[in-house]
Amino acid sequence: MTKAYAAIFSARFRTLLQYRAAALAGLACQFFWGILRIAIFGAFYAISSSRQPMSLPEVTTYVWLSQAFFRMVPMGADGEVRGLVRSGSVAYELVRPLDLYSLWFTRSLAALSSPVILRCVPLLLCAAIFFDLQAPHSFSAALACGAALLCALLLGAAIQALLTISLLWTIAGDGINRVATVGLYVLSGMVLPLPLYPDWFQPVLNFLPFRGLIDLPFRLYSGNIPAEQIPWVLAHQLGWTVALVLLGRWVLSMGTRRLVVQGG
Amino acid sequence: MVDALRLYAKLLMISLRAQMEYRASFIMQSLGNFLITGVEFLAVCALFGRFGQVDGWSLPEVALLYGLVSISFAVAEAASYGFDAFGSLLKGGEFDKMLLRPRSLTLQLMGQHFALKNVGRFTQGALVLGWAFAHAPVEWTFLKGALMFLAFAGGVLLFFSLMVVQATIAFWTIESLEVMNALTYGGVETAQFPLSIYPAWLRNFFIFIVPLGCVTYLPMLAVLDRPAPGDLPQWALATAPLMSLVFLFASFAAFRFGVRRYTSVGS
Amino acid sequence: MSDPQIIVEDLRKTYQIAKRNPGILGALRGLLHREYQTFEALKNVSFSIQRGEIVGYIGPNGAGKSTTVKVLAGILVPDSGRCEVSGRIPWKNRIEHVRRIGVVFGQRTQLWWDLPVIESFDLLRDIYRIDPAAYAKTRDELIERFGIAPILNTPVRQLSLGQRMRADIVASLLHSPEILYLDEPTIGLDAVAKLAVRDFLRELNRAHGITILLTTHDMDDIEALCTRVMVIGEGKILSDGTLANLRGQVSSERRLIVDLETHTPRFAHDGVVVERCEGHRVFLRFDPQRTPAAQLIGRIASQHPVRDLYVENLPVEEIICRLYARIQA
Repeated sequence: MTKAYAAIFSARFRTLLQYRAAALAGLACQFFWGILRIAIFGAFYAISSSRQPMSLPEVTTYVWLSQAFFRMVPMGADGEVRGLVRSGSVAYELVRPLDLYSLWFTRSLAALSSPVILRCVPLLLCAAIFFDLQAPHSFSAALACGAALLCALLLGAAIQALLTISLLWTIAGDGINRVATVGLYVLSGMVLPLPLYPDWFQPVLNFLPFRGLIDLPFRLYSGNIPAEQIPWVLAHQLGWTVALVLLGRWVLSMGTRRLVVQGG
Repeated sequence: MVDALRLYAKLLMISLRAQMEYRASFIMQSLGNFLITGVEFLAVCALFGRFGQVDGWSLPEVALLYGLVSISFAVAEAASYGFDAFGSLLKGGEFDKMLLRPRSLTLQLMGQHFALKNVGRFTQGALVLGWAFAHAPVEWTFLKGALMFLAFAGGVLLFFSLMVVQATIAFWTIESLEVMNALTYGGVETAQFPLSIYPAWLRNFFIFIVPLGCVTYLPMLAVLDRPAPGDLPQWALATAPLMSLVFLFASFAAFRFGVRRYTSVGS
Repeated sequence: MSDPQIIVEDLRKTYQIAKRNPGILGALRGLLHREYQTFEALKNVSFSIQRGEIVGYIGPNGAGKSTTVKVLAGILVPDSGRCEVSGRIPWKNRIEHVRRIGVVFGQRTQLWWDLPVIESFDLLRDIYRIDPAAYAKTRDELIERFGIAPILNTPVRQLSLGQRMRADIVASLLHSPEILYLDEPTIGLDAVAKLAVRDFLRELNRAHGITILLTTHDMDDIEALCTRVMVIGEGKILSDGTLANLRGQVSSERRLIVDLETHTPRFAHDGVVVERCEGHRVFLRFDPQRTPAAQLIGRIASQHPVRDLYVENLPVEEIICRLYARIQA
């Protein structure tokens, strides 16, 4: 059984590796984005007298880390499955002798991790050498960040699996995906580090699962969240992951029943 | 020329009708487009909420820039879809069909599709701009209004040209072009703030190489009665949008070169 | 003899194809170093076509047919060689050249997917700047000829393959081109439609003198339409002449089919190859240059109880197969 999943993982990985020009170009782009955003933050922080929830070095580090790992944030449903749904071949997915949810979850894991593995090391190295990527706040901070990143991957896969499943309801699914993209973009911390949003918005941001994708791991790295908080962080991430997996399985069973009834 | 415009108008109508047919999808796309651009501006507001100003520019002043860039980009993105999606047109053989028709390729590419969903971004830009007009500390004159319009027109031409460059690159690498995305969307994000906040090389790139600053930042300095940067004469601020014509010319020259290469190398 | 309409001399075209390596290691290596393979699509192609000819252009897949057509259409520039169509070089001054030719791809439609057929036609009128009166006349004539009046208001995406093909052929003729390039035009059509298309193309050629270059794998198309066939293989023209010539080039053999009164287990004769037996029917192959048909028939009839027999040429498919096999050898 694991062999089957491993094969799927490997096939997806290889497909993504073949986009060579895109990979190199993408790396250059991300430097541009990083420099751009840091310049913007820098300008704001330049004439700042009051204390902010995050210092400029912490924000700079955050920007580089989020650039390195941004492919890990699911911005929508899995592209492959989206194509299958569009062409009507999604029925073939039901015929495979694998648990469909696990299949899609594994697919998402591969899709969210392989681009990152390609990009993040060279990008982080260059950012550390040439730009102001700070070292982790402490050894425990680094460990905490690593653990949180692994959980972020699981969380991301659970979120993407849900988005993919929503595609089984064509029109509604499309709408959900669009709104979700916007939401994920903001609420994960891709646009702005979450602490910089207004204070009245913080409780919402703290509750929702999306901060576990970017905001939590990278604030652990820079010490903005102390490493001791790691049990709470992991609990937040994994708790939501489990909840979303359960929700996903339930929604999927409804969705496949609908597919079968409608004849695909 | 008139004949070409008439054909373009016809193709436009066909594209619009096709999109309106799938009404639910169109509404959702436009809404999504509006929301994504909207939340980006809200993030800017959040930053201003915490910091108050950036490099001496207040939120209404930045909003003028922001709104201008949004509406220019929205119109350009809608009109240039054929160039934007050129990679897939090449791959699917659509471009070969265009070569077999006795019409200008530009006309055919522009008439391919008019991406109506950009009405979302346009609305966002218009709202931001409207708010900015009400709150910005500007003494409006007819000349300033004309300059804003010139900047808008120049912005449309500039972003359109960037799409033409993107299409040209597609002749060489038929894969998703993050570089061009960085240039267009990155350019949009860059131009939303005064160029003075960026490192010199970035600022100069967006003034002298891709003259984005010439259709946003420089004219805005004139509108806000701010001094021109460096040794630039004050009158240059008002004529800067004309640089977009130079860039347009250059980008189409590159595209024509790409077509020549495509027909020699084959597919 | 007047100047040929289409002149092709020493056409050469080579493609560079990037190599893809298998496996994960290969993919990683591919990240660092790209390798290319050269592929000679056209090696030395020369032919000329007079105005009003219907020429079949056949060859195995990858032989260079579509490359040739692309060069003739003006969308591909050859590496070397001369090509002139009606005195013009196709790839120079694209718009002028393309205005006078029509192209039909069997696999792809040139109509607009979401538009009703008639609107696609009207759009083509605007694109080709056809005089409205002339357009109306031509269009109505073609619509009637091809019987597509019932589908005029159907969006192209809802058409069956046969309907779409007919609509595509009509579309390619609206601007009254001098030359028509057809790529697999009868693919997917039912027998009735195929006959109708062939009839019409013949009629078109006869009445209006349109030059037609037909690339196809359907040998019935060739037999029905083409007085001349060019065979291309591995970038070279291997045969250029009538179908009879082509047959002669490959094999003069013919088939004799004999229906016997009784089932004869052994059937052997000099100079005759027994292809197969189906009950009372025996299929024989013979070379009329060694054993004249009349002689063979006489010999068989005298030795066996024959109920019926007939002689036929080897089907063109077989001729072509043998030719292709020779190419690959």
